Amino acid sequence: MNELRYVYAVCRPFEAALQADLVGVGGAPLKQLEHGGLVAVLSRVPEADFGYEPLRAHLEDLDWLTATARAHQAVIAALTTVTCPLPLRLGTVFRDDSGVRTMLEDEGDQLRELLARIDGCVEWGVKVYAEPEAQQAPSEPAAAGQAASGRDYLRMRRTRQQGADRLWARADSFAQELHTDLTARAAATRLHRPQNPELSRATGRNILNGAYLVGRSQSEEFVECVERTKDQEPGLRVELTGPWAAYSFSDPNGDEEEAW
Amino acid sequence: MTVIERREVALVDLLDRLLAGGVVVAGDLTLRIADVDLVRIDLRALISSVSAQVPSPFEVLEERR
Repeated sequence: MNELRYVYAVCRPFEAALQADLVGVGGAPLKQLEHGGLVAVLSRVPEADFGYEPLRAHLEDLDWLTATARAHQAVIAALTTVTCPLPLRLGTVFRDDSGVRTMLEDEGDQLRELLARIDGCVEWGVKVYAEPEAQQAPSEPAAAGQAASGRDYLRMRRTRQQGADRLWARADSFAQELHTDLTARAAATRLHRPQNPELSRATGRNILNGAYLVGRSQSEEFVECVERTKDQEPGLRVELTGPWAAYSFSDPNGDEEEAW
Repeated sequence: MTVIERREVALVDLLDRLLAGGVVVAGDLTLRIADVDLVRIDLRALISSVSAQVPSPFEVLEERR
């Protein structure tokens, strides 16, 4: 069976050993390939799954995508404990070791530059959700259908609309203030697209989906800052994820803040 | 801070990072797998359903004003 090379990350050479039982996508053992002062962390994957056409097909399959994404993340997370890895995009595959070496050679300058930028940093994710239902429920015990008259109904509807408008306005300024505050504490920031509730299964509407590159030594303070905002505003929810490897800061055009 | 607390990561947070983040390198051109567009195009279906249904609230608020 023909095998390809799936590359997870590029790192500077590191001394520490990875945990012995760590495997990559499909359970294959991990290998390190060093070239020009850079290390590519890779594993072998079957061409039958990762060749051009099969990969195209697999990427449409959420179960396959989930398993692959989790395997990719497990490798990156393990690397994060021993070095500061530069994660590659999911599904970065080469025909053989020499293809990987060529990539390290051709992209070396850019990779070194990116590695320098994320050195000593981790990524934190901060999301803000607005929950209009949670906000309105107590002030509106009667369903609209039970309004005494048409006029009452319209008044009720107007009140509800005004409440929602106020919440969105408050959510907007809260999210912008929080983002500004966190940006001041971060080496770099990137805004991801707000998440689809069907995918996230989260309640409320995702207002802010930010990623912040923060030095490890500043992380405790950063996390405390986020924690302080939790439950600060009724109807708004703040969620923190991380620490992540610097996934969101691997774009050479680093000045571009928005991911979409 | 030694920040290596590991909880189960939500898939959607992971996909944000793995599909919109991570370095895009020029891959093995014979195979064109690491090519930028492949992964982007194939997953656009997933991602664009996000954008259509959940537009940026900042923009929505701008429109309302």
